[in-house]
Amino acid sequence: MSAESAAPAAHRLRHQLPLLVWLVLVWNLLWGTWSWANLLSGVAIALGVTLLLPLPPVTGGSRLRPLPTLSFLGWFVLDLIGSGALVAWQTVRPSGIDRSAVITVQLRTDSDLLLTIVAESLSLVPGSMVIDMDRERRTISLHVLHVRDSGDVERQRASVLKQEERVVRAFGSPEEVAALAPARSTGRVAT
Amino acid sequence: MSVLEVARDVLAVALLLAGTFLCLTAGLGLLRFPDVLARMHAGTKPQVLGVLLVMVGAAIRLQGWSATWMLLLVAVFQMLTAPVSAHMVSRVAYRRRHVRRDRLLVDELRTGGGGAGDRVYKGDEPADAPPEEPATALAESREEDGRAENGRAEDGVR
Repeated sequence: MSAESAAPAAHRLRHQLPLLVWLVLVWNLLWGTWSWANLLSGVAIALGVTLLLPLPPVTGGSRLRPLPTLSFLGWFVLDLIGSGALVAWQTVRPSGIDRSAVITVQLRTDSDLLLTIVAESLSLVPGSMVIDMDRERRTISLHVLHVRDSGDVERQRASVLKQEERVVRAFGSPEEVAALAPARSTGRVAT
Repeated sequence: MSVLEVARDVLAVALLLAGTFLCLTAGLGLLRFPDVLARMHAGTKPQVLGVLLVMVGAAIRLQGWSATWMLLLVAVFQMLTAPVSAHMVSRVAYRRRHVRRDRLLVDELRTGGGGAGDRVYKGDEPADAPPEEPATALAESREEDGRAENGRAEDGVR
């Protein structure tokens, strides 16, 4: 009843609304059936969890463009199947794997949420795995499997940048999308 | 049993078998790949795809929505958590130098970022234990750095 009086609390609550919705959804999925009792108890538990274990608010990236999101998800599924099959083939074929490489890629986004999505999806899809990330300089270090020459390294770098572009187009703010355009960068880290 | 049901069962069985085969290759990769970093690849990609295929196959075969929702949750959390754990393991492995450098074509994290040189005594690696024999470790590190810069090993000795 007195929620309006506590302005900071209400502000924080609005910031955490997506998290609340997600927690309620998970609760209902865990029960497996939909009912009012599940919904209400889910809301109560979600509120309890977010109040007892507060997280820093996630800022930015609150928008979601339908078409680029579909494109991101579609490519993600295709890449997931492709890279899964490729690594599976590399494990069973007699010759094993070639040499691998650790590459550092200069990213262009500057949002915590977007960088998180990029890093998560990079670990799953284009044959790469995140080792380290320099938040200040926006560089990400990846281990890539099976590279034969420097051409392969550059191809991997390009695919990382493509993945970043898809994520930003799907979830980023207009400024962040605009930041993609001028940087026809090669993704190399300026030394 | 109608043709449709048979087709559905065949599809479900094919997905389940493909998924279990991918999980098997993930286990094989853990054995066959040379170092931790490569092994984490095997532990994430084929394994996640395998679990997803098993989930889809089970969702086709199982009756009732409640099981399907549970499978969906398993799939989502698998995709959310597998990259994070793989990242943590490989990050620690890299910092503790459990890396087969002879199998690396390039290592830009080492030769690039912030002044190429030996990294033995740098203070920015909290997980890096001090070497037991500093003199030999320093010499080895310089040698490796020299090799990474295309054989300019002479610079490193100085």
